Amino acid sequence: MTERKRGRENVSRQTMSEQDPLERIANFYEVPYGYSEDQAVREAMRCFQCKEPKCMTGCPVKVNIPWFTRLIAEGKFVDAAKKIKESNPLPAVCGRVCRQEDQCEKFCLRGKKAQPVSIGALERFVADYEREGGDVSIPDIPKWTGKKVAVIGSGPAGLAAAGDLIRRGHKVTIFEALHVSGGVLMYGIPEFRLPKKIVEAEIDYLKRMGVEIVLNAVIGKINTVDELLSDGYDAVFIGTGAGLPIFLNIPGENLVGVYSANEYLTRVNLMRAYRFPEYDTPVLRGRKVVVVGGGNTAMDSARTARRLCPEEVTVVYRRSVDEMPARAEEVRHGREEGVQFLFLAAPTRFIGDREGRLKAMEFVRMELSEPDETGRRRPLPITGSEFQRDVDVAIIAIGNDVNPLIRETTTDIQTNRYANIMVEPDTAMTSKKGVYAGGDIVRGGSTVILAMGDGRKAGKAIHEYLTGEKK
Amino acid sequence: MFEIVYKKQLSHTVALFRVKAPKIAEKRKAGQFIIIRINEHGERIPLTIVDADIKEGTITIISQEVGKTTEMLGELEKGDHILDVVGPLGKPIPTDNFGTAICIGGGIGTAPIYPIAQALKAAGNKVISIVGARTKDLLILEPEMTKTSDEIFVATDDGSYGHHGFVTQILGRLVDGPIRVDIVFAVGPLPMMKAVCNVTRPHKILTMVSLNPIMVDGTGMCGACRVTIGGKNRFVCVDGPEFNGHEVDFDELMRRNRSYYNEEKMAMEELTYHEGPRCYERNS
Repeated sequence: MTERKRGRENVSRQTMSEQDPLERIANFYEVPYGYSEDQAVREAMRCFQCKEPKCMTGCPVKVNIPWFTRLIAEGKFVDAAKKIKESNPLPAVCGRVCRQEDQCEKFCLRGKKAQPVSIGALERFVADYEREGGDVSIPDIPKWTGKKVAVIGSGPAGLAAAGDLIRRGHKVTIFEALHVSGGVLMYGIPEFRLPKKIVEAEIDYLKRMGVEIVLNAVIGKINTVDELLSDGYDAVFIGTGAGLPIFLNIPGENLVGVYSANEYLTRVNLMRAYRFPEYDTPVLRGRKVVVVGGGNTAMDSARTARRLCPEEVTVVYRRSVDEMPARAEEVRHGREEGVQFLFLAAPTRFIGDREGRLKAMEFVRMELSEPDETGRRRPLPITGSEFQRDVDVAIIAIGNDVNPLIRETTTDIQTNRYANIMVEPDTAMTSKKGVYAGGDIVRGGSTVILAMGDGRKAGKAIHEYLTGEKK
Repeated sequence: MFEIVYKKQLSHTVALFRVKAPKIAEKRKAGQFIIIRINEHGERIPLTIVDADIKEGTITIISQEVGKTTEMLGELEKGDHILDVVGPLGKPIPTDNFGTAICIGGGIGTAPIYPIAQALKAAGNKVISIVGARTKDLLILEPEMTKTSDEIFVATDDGSYGHHGFVTQILGRLVDGPIRVDIVFAVGPLPMMKAVCNVTRPHKILTMVSLNPIMVDGTGMCGACRVTIGGKNRFVCVDGPEFNGHEVDFDELMRRNRSYYNEEKMAMEELTYHEGPRCYERNS
């Protein structure tokens, strides 16, 4: 262990090296390479080891950040990984896709005067280190409490809830609608941002702890929530995620070549259409691709499209770059890869050829007026500023509605006017006894880590409900 | 893994399978479908559940070889397994007692119309069925449909069996005739369903059609199956698959179903290239 006082030396933030942009647009391999051991130790030393760590207040799953950075600084990488997993079963995932700049790193004291500690990159490093070492041991699981919990959906919310509950000694069965588990981590986030092998490994960790996963099981169809409760499950957690994609509702939207981001990404990520015809699911690659939207899903779609080799990929966003909800890092990566941006413009119609295939789009220029309820400046169309562009693939990435399957079959779960399930904020409890919910089905479009935070919150509340340990 | 416990070749390119899926067998209702994926590299395709045997724990599906996936399915035999089967998906059809119901099945569409006819019969309707095919060899489920119908008509395009012509000609005679028709259910190729709707529209007879768009997840997540119905976007996987045919934009759906025409051709060529002799053998 070093004698120097940690956190005091003036090293600057370590950056991960990345795959060259020209190379990476020809493959689906991950973009950043991750820290070397040396870099990780140096970065971890930058942590002040605050007595009252502010960073933890920014973490939805309350990872003990100073503890694990200290372990890294001491070279105890595997112990650091284990420490994180006490509160987060998916560190390799979160290290990659969390918005650390808006969460833990935003509160880092280092960040007051210099750049904050790169907490995300460190989390990723230890998780990768442990996994690549091949010896991921599982923690001791307490004796079975005699209680069984059904988790609906194996996305981030469901996995976090399952991890929490299994560590508290309950039996957990996850029901997943698709043929693989992971939810948005598998169908939504692209391989080059989150390699699927890593997701599989983290899910495997949960399985080894005893979590049972039933694939191809659509709750609301094969079973209802009530049936689960009468079939011997003592509690249910609903984490069914994003529902039907929202479309623009403008003429021509059902032309061939107009995709929702959900469909486009599912075809490429989950069904591996980028390897068609080796894999059977096709996707239209297009020559001139337009992505509509300004969030991370828009960036994922644009960067995916870039790798399918069209001549041109343009992100069209109705506000300006400053209002983009996407992570700055995603936008930077997109720019490096040659993604074009068209700000302050919105589509007004899709134009097809005689066979009903998309051939052009019409847009209108926008200007920003006063801020709306979200605090962002409201975009207004400029009359008479319409213009057209040749486009043969368009991807609509403007958000999702709610999946109706649970609501339709479980009428005593209260929903709000957007049809999202309503929960008590502290416990994730729904209006139905023994039923909890979290993630996008509650929040509408949100993030992986907030969904995981909901899952953990529900895990704790379900535990208290089942054991009567509180109340 | 879902075992095929029975297979019967119904025609040259059409086969019936009974697949072990006890839970789906127990839950399914007429009008619902499953999504299958044959192997690790496979795509997800929807297939109607034709019948189910709760005791045996099986569901019946019928598939026509029209592309790579259905061709690979056609290669499977009793004892083989399908990697993934998920369902029952979609909404069941309303099976009230409407009075007199006409059930029209065209080609492979007779497979999905059969459980609908069964359910309508069970609900107390007078069921008149019209089944059609291009030629006698492609006609399926005629005995089953006969058993479940009060009256049945058969039409073949080439006149090799039954009425020489289209199902819509028989339908036209029926709706112009003395019997009061309360509802029509039609499943078949899109041009057939469109033609059926054109016959019933002037008579204002409610006509339910079962749509077969391209799907990916089939659970209301991707939006691939969207169709304009009554001027609004609807998702066939969660809102359907049955809709009031008079409101369906058939032309749009026909165009959308041709989305991957080139890719499908490419996939078939690939399949023929790798498995050429086998395909030729079977077809000769």
